[in-house]
Amino acid sequence: MSRTIIKVEDVGKLYKLGEIGTGTISHDLNRWWARVRGKDDPVSKIGEQNDRTIKGKQDWVWALKNINFEVNAGDVLGIIGRNGAGKSTLLKILSKVTSPSSGQIKINGRIASLLEVGTGFHPELTGRENIFLNGAILGMSKNEIRSKFDEIVDFAGVERYIDTPVKRYSSGMYVRLAFAVAAFLEPEILIIDEVLAVGDAEFQKKCLGRMKDVSSNDGRTVLFVSHNMSAIQSLCTKALYLKNGSVQSMGRVDDVMMDYLASMRTGESGYVRKAPPSQLYISKIEVRNELGSVVNEFSHSESVIFEFSVCKEKGMTGDQRLIVIVQDQLLRKIFANEINIENGTYTLKLDGRILSKGAYSLNCILYTPAVTQYDFIEECCNFNIIDTDESFAHLEGFDYGVVINKGKWEKIL
Amino acid sequence: MTELKEGLSESWTEIIQPRKNLLDLRLKELWRYRDLVLMFVRRDFVANYKQTILGPAWFFIQPLLTSLTYILIFGRLAKLSTDGLPMILFYLAGVTIWNYFSETLNKTATVFKDNAQIFGKVYFPRLSMPFSIVLSNLVRFVIQFMLFLLVLIWYLFGKNNVHPNLYILLTPVLVFLMGLLALGLGMVISALTTKYRDLIFLLTFGIQLLMFATPVIYPLSSVKGPFQWVIQANPMSAIVEAFRYAYLGSGMFSWYSLGISAGVTVLILLAGTLVFNRVEKSFTDVV
Repeated sequence: MSRTIIKVEDVGKLYKLGEIGTGTISHDLNRWWARVRGKDDPVSKIGEQNDRTIKGKQDWVWALKNINFEVNAGDVLGIIGRNGAGKSTLLKILSKVTSPSSGQIKINGRIASLLEVGTGFHPELTGRENIFLNGAILGMSKNEIRSKFDEIVDFAGVERYIDTPVKRYSSGMYVRLAFAVAAFLEPEILIIDEVLAVGDAEFQKKCLGRMKDVSSNDGRTVLFVSHNMSAIQSLCTKALYLKNGSVQSMGRVDDVMMDYLASMRTGESGYVRKAPPSQLYISKIEVRNELGSVVNEFSHSESVIFEFSVCKEKGMTGDQRLIVIVQDQLLRKIFANEINIENGTYTLKLDGRILSKGAYSLNCILYTPAVTQYDFIEECCNFNIIDTDESFAHLEGFDYGVVINKGKWEKIL
Repeated sequence: MTELKEGLSESWTEIIQPRKNLLDLRLKELWRYRDLVLMFVRRDFVANYKQTILGPAWFFIQPLLTSLTYILIFGRLAKLSTDGLPMILFYLAGVTIWNYFSETLNKTATVFKDNAQIFGKVYFPRLSMPFSIVLSNLVRFVIQFMLFLLVLIWYLFGKNNVHPNLYILLTPVLVFLMGLLALGLGMVISALTTKYRDLIFLLTFGIQLLMFATPVIYPLSSVKGPFQWVIQANPMSAIVEAFRYAYLGSGMFSWYSLGISAGVTVLILLAGTLVFNRVEKSFTDVV
């Protein structure tokens, strides 16, 4: 029924780590000599897998390796994966900004890519001039832009300022104008990299709506990278999960997303003390979910359980307390929980639906009030709350606070 | 052969591969993006003179000021020969063509560095950038050339040693040659500067040096001795001399040296294309 529009075959991308241009002449010559003799690039054999958790020994890394997949016309493919999994590199190769080190990609149709909004905008030029310039950069002809001009201006909502240099625009207007140009591109294949993390909530809704139009009404193929799971879920027909530079799974959105979320849940977290610092200390902290497994990613509705092992010397008396302070990624302290402690293991449970999406960590202090401090562990037990909840999707990219409070509304007049 | 079989069942409009033909300029693709090239030219013009009081008048003021400076320093102080021509005419001729060449070269040579931001985010034929540079400088050249013509006409009415001749018909050829030479040389340098940034510092100096090795502020006829071959080996020399011979009727014109200039230009352009194509595909990972 639907034909293949993109076919990716064995694509790989090799990157060199560290400084470029210093001490590389001999390297360059070596590679060149190998090429001249028609042999494989000596470097491409030794490159390591792209896994940042392992400290590699080599200077070369495969950001992508052995990527194979096909996209049919009319598909909306969501590409997901952790930071550094190779998503953006893949998009860059597909949009021809950089070339692959191996393999090939066959394409049927015109590609337009949107790796950034407002590429090539010139601050001195007016909104009108920039629409034409940016449109041309994205591959539109002058006539195409002219025929879409009114729609673009209307979509961006900058009619009054269209003849003002864009350097005088507010950043919101700038971004709206930039996205509007891209939104009215009409290629067969559209590549989008997380550009939706801009603008206010209302405009984002508009953008998502426009993308939906593009794919469902106009039947075009869209490749879309995002960390916004709900956007992927609502927009995409298929998903591709990249892990450490290779394809982990591909298929129906729900299946792939489950796979992705499950893998996010494993990983190191917690805290272990090796040498006891004093007569009273925390020997171990673990972060668990309700099922008891050690994880560091939680969905918004899950409870987070911390398990503290406290070692207290025998014969020690007095009032000793453990205070645990939860802080967000900006190190703003959010709230604290305190308990009187003895030798033993304690758990602290944070109910679900309290913390909003983001990264958090703990500060743990063992102390006797107004007397002394026994143990102080800063920024430990990092854990993430991922927002899989539809109800906040419209707030994506908007800082709606750290704690979610269900205040009670009442209409009184 | 297996690829051929596959190719029969599926047709692809494009195939992205690690390596490609280095000599292929893909002019067809460039033609598809012609609107973009014109946009860049337009942008260069509009953006350059925004928020200036005199605006496009700077096109005239720049060469005039430069010529006046040269008159003062090289003409009056250093007393360099102008082949018996009115100083302003002699220097203006040199400055007008040299500006075209040097500006094009300068901009083309740093094209990857200047546009790393755009190049890293969106694809369009990279060649459209150097082409737009050549074109926008060409427009500027034409405007400044008008100024030169005005001054020339003014002097034609007086009793001066100025004799425009039929060689004027060569103008388009000369301009074309200069454009290609600057483009080719610029592309070679642009490729080198992406990897070895040091060259950017040398560039301004190099262009300055090249100007002194070109008969811009002195006539070729005044060069004697051991340096003569350096200046004659410079492909720009023949072009500048031919230009001045055509419009002012003095200087040394030879088909032979112009032919050599053309030959060198073609070679440099070829090398430039080769290097540019090579760098184009990998530079986003380097810059």
